[in-house]
Amino acid sequence: MNVMPGYVREEGMGEQNTLLLSVTDKKRLLREMLYARRFEERCYEAYVERKIGGFLHLYSGQEACAHGVLEAARPGFDYVITGYRDHIHAIKCGADPREVMAELYGKETGSSRGRGGSMHIFDVKHRFMGGYALVGGPFPLAAGIAKGIKMKGGEEISICFLGDAANNQGTFHESLNMAKIWELPVLYVCENNLYGIGTRIDRSTAVLDQYKRAAAYDIPASQADGQDVEAVYAAAVKAVEHVRSGNGPYFLELKTYRYRGHSMSDSNAYRSKEEEREWLKRDPIHILRNRLIDANALTLDEFKAMDQEILDEIENEVVRFAEESPEPAVEDLEKYVLAEDDPYVRGGRV
Amino acid sequence: MAQMRYWEAIRRAHDEELAHDPMVIAMGEDIGVAGGTYKATQGLYEKYGPERIIDTPISENGYTGIGIGASFVGVKPIIEIMSVNFAWLATDQIVNTAAKVRYMSGGQLSAPIVIRSPGGTAHQLGAQHSARMEKVFMGVAGLRVVTPSNPRQAYGLLKSAVRCQDPVFINEHELMYNMKGEVPDEEYFHPLEGSEVARPGRDVTLLGYNISVHWCLQAADVLSREHGIEAEVLDLYALSPLDREGIKASVARTHKAVVVEEAEAPVGVGAEVMAILNEECFFELDAPPRRVSAANVPIPYNRTLEKAAIPNARDVVQAVLSLFPGKGRN
Repeated sequence: MNVMPGYVREEGMGEQNTLLLSVTDKKRLLREMLYARRFEERCYEAYVERKIGGFLHLYSGQEACAHGVLEAARPGFDYVITGYRDHIHAIKCGADPREVMAELYGKETGSSRGRGGSMHIFDVKHRFMGGYALVGGPFPLAAGIAKGIKMKGGEEISICFLGDAANNQGTFHESLNMAKIWELPVLYVCENNLYGIGTRIDRSTAVLDQYKRAAAYDIPASQADGQDVEAVYAAAVKAVEHVRSGNGPYFLELKTYRYRGHSMSDSNAYRSKEEEREWLKRDPIHILRNRLIDANALTLDEFKAMDQEILDEIENEVVRFAEESPEPAVEDLEKYVLAEDDPYVRGGRV
Repeated sequence: MAQMRYWEAIRRAHDEELAHDPMVIAMGEDIGVAGGTYKATQGLYEKYGPERIIDTPISENGYTGIGIGASFVGVKPIIEIMSVNFAWLATDQIVNTAAKVRYMSGGQLSAPIVIRSPGGTAHQLGAQHSARMEKVFMGVAGLRVVTPSNPRQAYGLLKSAVRCQDPVFINEHELMYNMKGEVPDEEYFHPLEGSEVARPGRDVTLLGYNISVHWCLQAADVLSREHGIEAEVLDLYALSPLDREGIKASVARTHKAVVVEEAEAPVGVGAEVMAILNEECFFELDAPPRRVSAANVPIPYNRTLEKAAIPNARDVVQAVLSLFPGKGRN
């Protein structure tokens, strides 16, 4: 296997071990996923307090997807793009959680200077190319980024995270087709959480296993347990390797579940409490935590201490930063509509 | 100054920009091997190769989105949409992404793409191949909309659009690709904002854009020759942003105005110009301004009905004469 720097962690450079994470990496991932959960749940509270407006789509339950895939990639180097459930992808790419929270608060210090909101987190310096709110919109954008990478001859890949329901948009088919005919370095990650807004997948989608749909465009694809971050990582290492080695696009489906509604305005009336309880038994954070405890690499007390540390950090640093940050100036309302002082607007012989 | 056809001017701008910057690409249906439906990219596939002159599948929203995504990382795509009617399919990516991404990212990302497409009603192409979409795009914040009325503008507007950091929609016209006109021999960048006086006059301002500039010029000749009315023709090559100052300056000279558009009147270019006239030129006007617009119908196939749906120079003459009581009552 042609091993790219960046996704091989401290243990093992050999064929088998590249698919395994070290204990140190697993403990860090556990902390990152727990941080993600606590971040999102704190957003929930702030939304209830009306500190956050608009629509808010939370990632709780799906943490292993973004973390497992991006652990196998090179966050900050590879380009990442996604839909509106985007806070955690941005943070895993390197975005400052304080700026993400400030964006949700609509503050000038926010990732998008308060102009974007929850659904439009951008952090271009970390190559997080944004959250987009039209379902399926990022499919062609990711392929376009991959076209740019290919023209420039870089080692980067383009990674697009979207949900299962996005695959019913025309952009899915158009983009996969073009990604294949032009052999673009793009990895499509489908986080299949079984619901498109409030409609269950078997009521909206003819083919339940989403990875099978990539076969229509002759794109290699696989499926992994999206609740098990190690399984996601192992599948993603292969997927990333395929794309980075110049073999064209790849499609990775992760079976997962979101605990909260589609957005905060969602009553969750379309699914049973029993179903939710079943999925809670497969919580991605608990799976990894219990595995580390069973391996004597972690104690429950250490986990609780980690949790408290995260809660304190989010409260004292993240939320406080957002609360204390200034609002954008009304005089700047029309800033960022068009480029400022572009000489070609005036024409002439520039 | 060389005489050049409209399509040749567009082709020349492509060629120069492709040669100038290796990150410039062109993409669209049949633009490569086939040379382009209107020859705007003729010979460029052979010269620049398939990685830069890209024949796309018939997937307007998809390939427009790919062009936008590529522009995020430094590519400068010139996207040809074969007919503006097909741009309806790409409005999602044009409006929801290209126009908004700079704003909603707080200035971090922009989509410096060019989208070129022929609009307008040609010869009996029927309702789904005769759309005029400029009014749709000019109402979208974050997009620039320009529309060349001659080969010089077609060349210079494309040159500037490629270099500009904003997304630019260039509204061309099916019937104008073979029009001849003078284009400077040296490299020329046409402004993306403003307007041009295509014919000076003192009695009335005729405001047109793209093909309607020619109806205005024809009408101005008739008005001068037969009625002693000297019309000024103002060419609104930039539809977004509109040249409010240019419009005000011309009307301040003539005190009368007729807006001429190929599209239907409701919520259109004419309506927007009328609002400017009303808000900013009210006390300059000696007579109520008029609009000359298309019938508000899907464009019919039948040649007689089609001609009846689209305005022409005679309609412009009649509209002007209605502003001059006592003239033209022959």
